Amino acid sequence: MSAPDIAIDVRGLTKSFGGRVVVRDLSMQVRRGTIYGFLGPNGSGKTTTIRMLCGLLTPDKGEGTCLGYDIRTQAREIKRHVGYMTQRFSLYQDLSVRENLEFVARLYGMPDPPAAARAMIARLGLEGRERQLAGELSGGWKQRLALGACTLPNPQLLLLDEPTAGVDPKARREFWNEIHALAAEGLTVLVSTHYMDEAERCHEIAYIAYGELLAHGTVEGVIERSKLVTYTVTGDDLQRLAAELEHRPGVDMVAPFGGSLHVSGRDPQALEAAIAPYRDRPGLNWTRSGPSLEDVFIELMTRARDNF
Amino acid sequence: MSVLGAADAPGAAPTNGFWRRTWAMLIKEFIQLRRDRVSFAMIIMIPLMQLVLFGYAINTQPRDLPTAVLLHERSDVGRAILAALANTRYFRITHEVRTEAEFDRLMASGQVLFGIEVPAGFERALRRGDRPALLIAGDATDPVAAGSALGALAQVAQTALAYERGIPEFSSPPFEIRAHARYNPAASTQLNIVPGLVGTILTMTMLIFTALSVTREIERGTMESLLSMPITPIEIMLGKIVPYIIVGFLQASLIIGAGVWLFGIPVLGSLALLAGLSTLFITTNLSIGYTFSTLAQNQLQAVQMAMMFFLPNILLSGFMFPFAGMPGWAQWIGEALPLTHYLRIVRAILLKGATFVDLHYDAAILLGLMLVAMTIAVTRFRRTLD
Repeated sequence: MSAPDIAIDVRGLTKSFGGRVVVRDLSMQVRRGTIYGFLGPNGSGKTTTIRMLCGLLTPDKGEGTCLGYDIRTQAREIKRHVGYMTQRFSLYQDLSVRENLEFVARLYGMPDPPAAARAMIARLGLEGRERQLAGELSGGWKQRLALGACTLPNPQLLLLDEPTAGVDPKARREFWNEIHALAAEGLTVLVSTHYMDEAERCHEIAYIAYGELLAHGTVEGVIERSKLVTYTVTGDDLQRLAAELEHRPGVDMVAPFGGSLHVSGRDPQALEAAIAPYRDRPGLNWTRSGPSLEDVFIELMTRARDNF
Repeated sequence: MSVLGAADAPGAAPTNGFWRRTWAMLIKEFIQLRRDRVSFAMIIMIPLMQLVLFGYAINTQPRDLPTAVLLHERSDVGRAILAALANTRYFRITHEVRTEAEFDRLMASGQVLFGIEVPAGFERALRRGDRPALLIAGDATDPVAAGSALGALAQVAQTALAYERGIPEFSSPPFEIRAHARYNPAASTQLNIVPGLVGTILTMTMLIFTALSVTREIERGTMESLLSMPITPIEIMLGKIVPYIIVGFLQASLIIGAGVWLFGIPVLGSLALLAGLSTLFITTNLSIGYTFSTLAQNQLQAVQMAMMFFLPNILLSGFMFPFAGMPGWAQWIGEALPLTHYLRIVRAILLKGATFVDLHYDAAILLGLMLVAMTIAVTRFRRTLD
């Protein structure tokens, strides 16, 4: 029995396709009213996990609840209270904005579908476009419409699968403002993304790679627990430096960031020893800094691959 | 150094690249073809199916046509004539009836194509040399099926009684055969084909409409969203079938209307009955198309399945070739196809004025096929993306 303030509570979820394990022993808890970021590289099992949460896939192993409903046996109730926005645009391209929304409203048995659709069109700022075919909308508008369609039946939980992939920065920002507004109304939002800046807009995050949940918590907590020490190097010929440092013991990760280079390691002493010969090289400027979230994730991923 | 030199070796013909690129395309097409199992099956199945059906099943000079006899007297002569008729191999006596009404019912429901009536006092009249008349009624709604059998009758009259004694030599032939082509005395092929076309066109369009319906949702990605919403497989199926019932109904009305106005097809039976049974037939085909849609991986496969189903419907239903003339196994397959039953229904209602009592068997089969298809569709429908 999960506590009433927990929206998602799953343990040991495992799913494989054709003998290939896509999600392995995944457990997570998401509190109600939070925006929970779900991060990880392509093919890490994010979509599969989300589909298991909303009853579109049956886990091979594991159990749990979504809004208090059993994910194995109560898929119908889950579908009634969960809004799922698919990665690929999945509204009807040959229906207009209004027709798509009315379809959803009717399907969920809302009392006045045309009024519900009108209200959502106003909320989305799509007035004047309601007769336009969904397939003709630009990428950003499509995402807004898809979000509108899955929030229309007043769900308690939103599952958004890479909602902002391929959307321009302005539309992305507006989209996130909307998500925060929805969370403020009490909705729980699980959102998967590749973008690090989006991770920082979440209350909590989880990082998944190769089907395994590697880290979770607040952004600060995840960075802190990584125990990663990072040096930022600026100067000349950073490419050559990167090549030289990459395979030295003590250096766990070297990553270029614009005009600078991030050199990170889990063991501070080993890292110091590794970079010592280069610190006095003329033209280089070394500063010790905290790792960025991206440093942490890339390091987690590299380590997970080594263990894989 | 030539500008094209990078692609073509110096001195080589400039077509080298042409063959290389064509080869690349060709290899790719072969790989894709090999992966596409259903296309591959079509390449093998369609010619085999056509070969077997045209070679073995189809007979434009049909034999063993089901025939009812009405005997008003039991005599050696009568028996000899019936044996001679059976010996032509055009007629196969399947029913013996006692009244004309009984015979009319068999004919209207299409269970027999011919009826032979030996009148009372036939033998006595024959021996007196009065040249009595043997009455034969043929169902001419399919002129091809009836034509050659009726043509063989003259010879029967000449030879049937060659070994019977005591028949006056001077009257040759000793009796008269009075053949009556029922329902379509002018043997107009339009009267046969136009009602048949109603069924054929409906089969083709209805199958394709629903065969695409589920695969289209999967291919366009809308299925994922649909499955995440609270809707059941039965609700999806009915929602997809019902609109096309109306479309099919309009189509049927159009063809029948045109048949009546342009070709003078008679409407002897009840239009309400025709409308009701046409709706059943339309729904059956939509259900079968929908079933294909739940089985196919993509839209191309769904269309291919529909075509594979359409072909036997055309060839074995009695639309193109007489049903009664096909061998037993082909008739069994034909009995399992909706078009076979609808052809009987539409011809019987329009041309014979049949009522529901005559057609309840065909209606029951259509209903059965529809329920089987719907059951398969609902159980095969994937509620999840597993």
